[in-house]
Amino acid sequence: MTARRRLLRVAALLGFLGLWQALTAWKVRAWVRFDHLPTVLQVADALRAQLGTAVYWQDLADSLRRISTGFALAAVLGVTAGVLTARSRTAADLIGPVLELVRPIPAIALVPVAIMLFPENEQGIVFITCAAAFFPVTVATRHAVRAVPPRWEEAVRTMGGGTGRVLFGVVLPGALPGVVGGLSVGLGVSWICVISAEMVSGQYGVGYRTWSAYTVLDYPGVFVGMATIGLLGWATSGAVELLGRRLTRWLPAPVPAGVGA
Amino acid sequence: MSLRLTARGLSVGHPGRPVLRDVELDVAPGEVLTVLGPSGCGKSTLLRALAGLLRPTGGELLADGRPLTGPGADRALVFQEDGLLPWRTVRRNVELPLAIAGLKRAERRAPVADWLGRVGLDGHGDRLPRELSGGQRQRVQLARALAGAPQAVLMDEPFGALDPQTRAAMQQLLLTVWEKERCTVVFVTHDVDEALLLGDRVAVLSGGTLAALHEVPAPRDPAADRSALRALLLTQYT
Repeated sequence: MTARRRLLRVAALLGFLGLWQALTAWKVRAWVRFDHLPTVLQVADALRAQLGTAVYWQDLADSLRRISTGFALAAVLGVTAGVLTARSRTAADLIGPVLELVRPIPAIALVPVAIMLFPENEQGIVFITCAAAFFPVTVATRHAVRAVPPRWEEAVRTMGGGTGRVLFGVVLPGALPGVVGGLSVGLGVSWICVISAEMVSGQYGVGYRTWSAYTVLDYPGVFVGMATIGLLGWATSGAVELLGRRLTRWLPAPVPAGVGA
Repeated sequence: MSLRLTARGLSVGHPGRPVLRDVELDVAPGEVLTVLGPSGCGKSTLLRALAGLLRPTGGELLADGRPLTGPGADRALVFQEDGLLPWRTVRRNVELPLAIAGLKRAERRAPVADWLGRVGLDGHGDRLPRELSGGQRQRVQLARALAGAPQAVLMDEPFGALDPQTRAAMQQLLLTVWEKERCTVVFVTHDVDEALLLGDRVAVLSGGTLAALHEVPAPRDPAADRSALRALLLTQYT
């Protein structure tokens, strides 16, 4: 990335924070009311205070553990289900209808099910996180597998390659660019759901801490939670994007935006 | 080692709507048969059936007298374009048939280097297909198809997307390589001159049936005069 683009990005972030600071410090009331919201500096103070506590890091670790377990499960299950439904008519007939029926249900609406199903809250939250990411990954994988050009498979089969070789040597690598897209979307949905699930039924975790700050009217605390969620989400989706780009370096190089403009 | 490929009353396609009908064809071991026809005549379908990728709906297909049951390493397929696996480097594409055959990494190195040299791609082994020109990609496909030492090579308009100069160079390369390997080649094209240049015989496909089958006089002899057959083919090839 060029220095100019880096600068532009930092400036955009600072501009956003500056606007927020201005609106809240001057207690602007113009139909929407900023007078109750904490200022950036108040939030920064609260964050600094929290960074020194063990509870903050405990919450962070808990949320990260939940999302990484749930997301990893969803990635494995989703890719498997996507490949199966795309490659096998029988599999599509067997699991397709159930998937389509369950898919529209928001993962967070599964909280009652999770509470009844699992002995511990912890497993329930992982379950919800996994359910959230599962569907984007499945659907993206299914489409990506169907879009793999048949001649790659034909080439490998005429070299004597069997089902395993076709699956792991052609279908999965060929579908990878689409799968990465699904993983990226899935991770975003996973964050929404892990935070919501923690708010509803968690003990510890960034979502739980954010909600409990709200219940005691600690507004800077609420914003510390939000900022933490934002940063965690940004960092993890950045990691997925980076991994995806590394794995799909063979794709035709995209025309850089702005060329010719 | 080369394969005899035989089609007896071959029909391929959907029942009641065949793409190929009643094709009788016998490709001798070590022969180069070029298949000529306009697009949509069933050329690619014939090739895929010979590769074992399409099942006959009628008649039968034999390889050395035994019924074909499916694709196998004895019959390699070369595509017009984009047949390479784009995430594998040139070297890893060429070694693919050897890897499938179960050769260890160390055992693959020498034959792959040899093949890259023979198709004129020394030093390109670590490139990705997208970094190559169309002609270079077809060289890789040729090397990949032959690295597995197939007994027959089925080529689906392999030079159809290349410019005339590159195409002529590739035709010469194919002949040089074939001269040594002597495998059976079925070469599909819609170019009459290409069919005459490469083939021992030319089969003309039209509307899903075999319209004609000609012996090429003095096959692959650059000095031979084939203008009579060329004129005849141009009238049949519609």
